[in-house]
Amino acid sequence: MSIAPLNLLLNVNGEPVTVSVEPRKSLADTLREDCRLTGTHLGCEHGVCGACTVLLDGEPVRSCLMLAAQAQGHSVRTVEGLAAEDGTLHPLQQAFWENHGLQCGFCTPGFLMLAAGLLESAGPLTAEMIDDALSSNLCRCTGYENISKAVHAAAKVLRQ
Amino acid sequence: MLRVEDLPLLTGAGRFAADIHLDREAHMRVVRCQVPHGLVRGIDVSGAKAVPGVLAVWSAADIDLGPIEFRQAAFAELLPYRQPVLAGSRVRYVGEPVAIVVAEDAYAAEDAAEGVQLDVAALEPVIDPRAAPARFDEDHGTEALSFVNGYGDVAAAFAAACHVVELTVRVGRHTGVPLECRGALADYRRSTGTLDFYGAAKVPHYNRAALAAMLGMAPHLVVLREGHVGGGFGVRGELYPEDVLACWASRELGRPVKWIEDRQEHLVAANHSRDQVHHIRAAAAADGFVTAIDDEFWLDQGAYVRTHAATVPTLTAAMLPGPYQVPAYRVRAHVRLTNKTPAGTYRAPGRYEGTFARERVMDAVAAKVGAGPLELRRRNFITAGQMPFARPLTALGTELEYDSGDYALLVAKAEERFGLAALERDLAARRAAGEAVGMGSAFFVEKSGLGPYEGVRVGVDTAGHVEVITGAGSMGQGFDTMITQVCAHELGVPAAAIRVRHEATDEIDHALGAFASRLTVMAGSATLLAARALRDKAVQAAARMLEADPGDLEYAEGGVQVRGEPAARVAIGAIAAALRPDQAARWGLAPSLAADGWYTSDHMCYPYGLHVAVVRVDRGTGQVTAERLLVAYDIGRAVNPMMVEGQLVGGAAQGLGGALLEEFSYDADGQPQCTTFMDYLLPTRAEVPPVDVLITTDAPSPRNPLGVKGAGEGGTTAMGAAIAAAVDAAAGAPGGVLELPVRAEAVLALLRPAGQRSTSPSGGI
Repeated sequence: MSIAPLNLLLNVNGEPVTVSVEPRKSLADTLREDCRLTGTHLGCEHGVCGACTVLLDGEPVRSCLMLAAQAQGHSVRTVEGLAAEDGTLHPLQQAFWENHGLQCGFCTPGFLMLAAGLLESAGPLTAEMIDDALSSNLCRCTGYENISKAVHAAAKVLRQ
Repeated sequence: MLRVEDLPLLTGAGRFAADIHLDREAHMRVVRCQVPHGLVRGIDVSGAKAVPGVLAVWSAADIDLGPIEFRQAAFAELLPYRQPVLAGSRVRYVGEPVAIVVAEDAYAAEDAAEGVQLDVAALEPVIDPRAAPARFDEDHGTEALSFVNGYGDVAAAFAAACHVVELTVRVGRHTGVPLECRGALADYRRSTGTLDFYGAAKVPHYNRAALAAMLGMAPHLVVLREGHVGGGFGVRGELYPEDVLACWASRELGRPVKWIEDRQEHLVAANHSRDQVHHIRAAAAADGFVTAIDDEFWLDQGAYVRTHAATVPTLTAAMLPGPYQVPAYRVRAHVRLTNKTPAGTYRAPGRYEGTFARERVMDAVAAKVGAGPLELRRRNFITAGQMPFARPLTALGTELEYDSGDYALLVAKAEERFGLAALERDLAARRAAGEAVGMGSAFFVEKSGLGPYEGVRVGVDTAGHVEVITGAGSMGQGFDTMITQVCAHELGVPAAAIRVRHEATDEIDHALGAFASRLTVMAGSATLLAARALRDKAVQAAARMLEADPGDLEYAEGGVQVRGEPAARVAIGAIAAALRPDQAARWGLAPSLAADGWYTSDHMCYPYGLHVAVVRVDRGTGQVTAERLLVAYDIGRAVNPMMVEGQLVGGAAQGLGGALLEEFSYDADGQPQCTTFMDYLLPTRAEVPPVDVLITTDAPSPRNPLGVKGAGEGGTTAMGAAIAAAVDAAAGAPGGVLELPVRAEAVLALLRPAGQRSTSPSGGI
């Protein structure tokens, strides 16, 4: 019942990556195990918690619900690709730090990528839209207040 | 000060259990029982063994390991109810481990696990913890433990009472549900006879001893390693069957074995909590002064008694009287076994439940005597002048003596800061305009700083960099920052020059760990003591270096100087360099600029708070929406107010979850109905309203050198009670909410005219 692996060429954080994976392997598992990018976390593996959120062509997606094969031909951005090359934090990362927007930090990469997709998109953005978007991911530590503050603070920086 | 631990977590460089990879690691999958109760007739693993990539399949008959022992509150009568690591002849809950499959990769292990066939003769499951006790096994019943505790003449108080109120209330089954599921990576090396365990949390040193004992190894040969931990809340880090199995499998195979739990497993395998029914009565004088409380409660323990043993029922019993005088008190506890996932502690264990029962009864007394809820509480508070206040009860081996507090002052400050009078007027106006809105409040006493010890070792290197080593762990709450701040303050060095390490059990001999809101009190105080001892040693060494009398020297800002002559100074890095072994020996000092600090304590510290909720009820659907949550809390002294506030807000959100959303329900056949995040509802941003926090420091603890009390649980404790009272007010049904979570159908029932209501809680399911 062994199935031949697929050889995939992925674009992750701007770099081409070749992986050989079972056809059924999720994008999240592929990023974590084959690309060794373990910043993308798995909290439920059925698309509810959003810890595995990455950007696919700039749009937030649940990488646990996608196959790696489906990511071929698209650009994938993970939390490891958020800060600048020189280590300068992305305004969202800085804002989460300054606003105590994380405690255990497990949901944080998912929230960062969710918010990055939102703030870096071209569309109009209101405070209500931000909070509405944040309701798509789960955090168990912070009670969301500081996550919301952080994203609003980063929105000021990114969209001034 | 911003947190020192955030940078790796923000950049994807965290090292959670699943992020660790070892060469040749194999993957373990646990086969779980799908039948709530039954006798095992046989188990066929041949289908699993045939799957390519499978290395081994083991069931109970293949392993020789005892049950998992109790960590604390171990009553002898609970011993028969300990959980085996794999079920043998009897299965007792859906989710119980019955076999393990180890394979070359996780996908293959999961495939193979489906090939294990368990043949079970089903038995009638026990679902209702209040039903007449049944048989647990041939020799034991399902009432594993019952006890009576209390003081004073309860019967006389009720006989003399002007008012008696009586309620039956229930808090549903819910639990911590950290966002990171559990994980274990065991690496037994035959060449050295050592076992490394990655994924440790909460109580690594205790678990090292327990694992070593179960595996027949010397404790020094077992090293538990703690990386990042994705939330604990009481659930994570206790020793579970899966932890032991991964170690056992690694030793059998001679290669690393990794087990990463999935969410569906977590919701039926990790400790559940709460699920108590209280029958509570209060006797009160004409003015509403409560002269006695008589409580009887039933705790649905689930299928086994795990590491916490009697922790939750004993805490429930001891803490139920809370902030009030209550001159006479009696409590009867029943710990009942059912065919559900076993239960343990969850943030504010026993207090969330007991506070709900007590505050509901205080609201009922207030209604009876016509006093406002806060006024009634003021009439019953223990006063500042009575502190320290000893209640003749014990909790976790300590005498219950509230160390300090001014409860009435906190209420007064909260009333002013939150503008409660104006808020109530505003809500009254909205009600008059037809809205179903209301405010509820609840007061509580928490406990923190559980002893008996914690320790750190502080060391300085030749660059003047400071390292603090401790076995007390972090669950993500900001432990490193707290220790850094205490250390920086005591040593006068910048935070950036300090690193806190709590990575492995072989770095320090003794540690208890991260639970019971204890670390700032215990490890913070130990850090203070270690830093002061280090300063003393620095002065001793500097006296040799400066050829001065130690009495003429003073420690200041990361160095030692001659009093009044700051130019004659040596920095701690230079002192550390000077304390090399040969020179230290000549000076009669131990090598290295380092010192241990051990803080021991026989008493807990008791913070306290007021929770206020404002809710809106939809008259059409019964849906409850929380509009605002307010938390006033006296912490004694705050090392980092930003983190204290973060703990309180996060705790409040969890309290709200238990009050409105979260419950592990079971059907009448014992099948769990909440095994995904689609059925077990955690609060999202949409459900958690803004939380306003007032932190006061009016009652520092006299029991530790920092004066601090814990913050970990005080956001959660009374939130269920406050929300219940708010729903009452919104629905115009005083005393109406008797059960958490507050279900829409219960609210609709409250909205019906009074004569048509049923007020008894639904019971076990």
